[in-house]
Amino acid sequence: MKYAAKKFLTLIITLFIVSLLAFLAFQIIPGDPTTKLLSTEATEEARAELRAQLGLDRPIPVRYWEWLTNFLRGDMGESYSYHMPVSDMLGEKLVITFLLTILSFAFTIVLSIPLGILAGSVRSGWLDGLITALDQVVMSIPAFFIGILSCFFFGIMLHIFVPGDFVSYTQDWGAFLSYLILPALSIAIPRIAMTVKMLRGAILQEMGKDYVRTARSRGGDRGGILRRHVLKNALIPVITFLAVSAAEIMTGTIIIEQVFTIPGVGRLLLSSISNRDFPVVQAIVVIMAAWIVIVNFVADLLYQLVDPRLRLR
Amino acid sequence: MKTKGNPLLYIGGFLSGVMTALILVGYVWTPYGPTAMDASAKNQAPSLLHLLGTDNFGRDIFSRVLSGAGTSFLIAVCVVVIGCAFGILIGSLCGYYGGPADVILTRVCDSITAFPSILLALVVVSIIGQGTYNVIFALGILFIPSFARIVRGEFTRCRDLNYIRSAQLMGVGNVRILFCHILPNTIPVLLSAITIGFNNAILSEASMSFLGIGIQPPYASLGSMLSDSQTYLNSAPWYALSVGGTIALLILGFSLLSEGLQRRARQGREV
Repeated sequence: MKYAAKKFLTLIITLFIVSLLAFLAFQIIPGDPTTKLLSTEATEEARAELRAQLGLDRPIPVRYWEWLTNFLRGDMGESYSYHMPVSDMLGEKLVITFLLTILSFAFTIVLSIPLGILAGSVRSGWLDGLITALDQVVMSIPAFFIGILSCFFFGIMLHIFVPGDFVSYTQDWGAFLSYLILPALSIAIPRIAMTVKMLRGAILQEMGKDYVRTARSRGGDRGGILRRHVLKNALIPVITFLAVSAAEIMTGTIIIEQVFTIPGVGRLLLSSISNRDFPVVQAIVVIMAAWIVIVNFVADLLYQLVDPRLRLR
Repeated sequence: MKTKGNPLLYIGGFLSGVMTALILVGYVWTPYGPTAMDASAKNQAPSLLHLLGTDNFGRDIFSRVLSGAGTSFLIAVCVVVIGCAFGILIGSLCGYYGGPADVILTRVCDSITAFPSILLALVVVSIIGQGTYNVIFALGILFIPSFARIVRGEFTRCRDLNYIRSAQLMGVGNVRILFCHILPNTIPVLLSAITIGFNNAILSEASMSFLGIGIQPPYASLGSMLSDSQTYLNSAPWYALSVGGTIALLILGFSLLSEGLQRRARQGREV
């Protein structure tokens, strides 16, 4: 329990630092928002008035604290371009992107671990080479190209789905989720190949260790040793990698949303970057960063479950 | 003995060698002008005349892919050079001297590498603005920590070895020890880090240009071309296939190469 508490404290501190950095990063931008909100001919008085209205004339620590407490209450400021609360703009988009991330992550775990174990228990020379080669090739295809390929094969050649014909979950959950399958798989496939490579490497390395030889000499069969002893050890590095994957998948959605024209957070982020709509960019970046930090925290807790040695520290 | 049983190194070296050679040729010669339009040859399928077909303006896709890959290649090289140079500088000083500065810098590097580089690159670009040079700058900075970590690890490993101790006893200056005695020993590890970094740079640049915040017209890179080609997936699918295939082949070649180099570095250490 002490371990979890310590990790939780680290989580809070990290989130605090991340939020501070995200806040400061958007303070150093040359030119202040008044030039964006008002026309270029606006008088200096009008600017000063707007600055006071937005609270920009107060010291940075005060503004940071206000921004943070508002943010935690769900008030993320107002968009410069659309003059509406950022939280209203995010709402539905956040759910779409989050579900896409979860779906893709689920595919990664469900497919990569059995495949990795299978690949790790192979003992034949040519099959070994084939797996390595296949893995390397799949790993090298960027997710957005897999997305385009699946648009081409499933959309244009086989007419299974219509690229761009997105249905939001507010209208039809079934159609929504089935539209998300291909984008989720596109992000997942290269990650699956990487995880398989990692798990396979870890299994092969563990299989060469002394304890495996001892278990073998006592008459244990390979499958049983793999399941009972080796897997626990081999999964430890894989958990780290899956935590990294969860972060990469979240950012991978930014690109895949563009390929499949899914109106999620990623597309909003891109248009906001082009419009220099900083409150929106800031909110999205903070949410994504928080997701990454939290995923790493969960991974830390999982280590402790898999690896009891950590509990002693 | 060293390269025996290391087919990855050979295949990767061959593939990335061929791709690099093609790109280098593309800098001085392409079969057609990459922007030359030919109204009589729109949306043609691959043929002997146009190896990878033509696009909706009748431009030769093979020539376009060559020049686009050239741009991507150049950017990736710049990014890796920036990341590697500063990474070596920071990593070597941290690894060799240690101390509180090392602890802090290592922490900072660890935290930066915990976040996906695309997210950070998007933040940097949204702050400093879009544009070709800004993308190189953003990616270059973001690539420093990964190099710094690897170099630091190697320098801490070498710092306490006997030959460095005796060099210190003989009065060799610190700068000379750092760059003439330790650095050459890190080359096997550094080489594979450079090839991985190069891969990541190609991928990051392609992703950013694909999103439209990387390379700006009139320049074109593989990423921006792939984004264009998606519009013509129906009429000219070979466009998207050849651009995406080029990215995949580039990444495959260099990832096999780095895998092979890693194996060789490991074998070299065991011998």
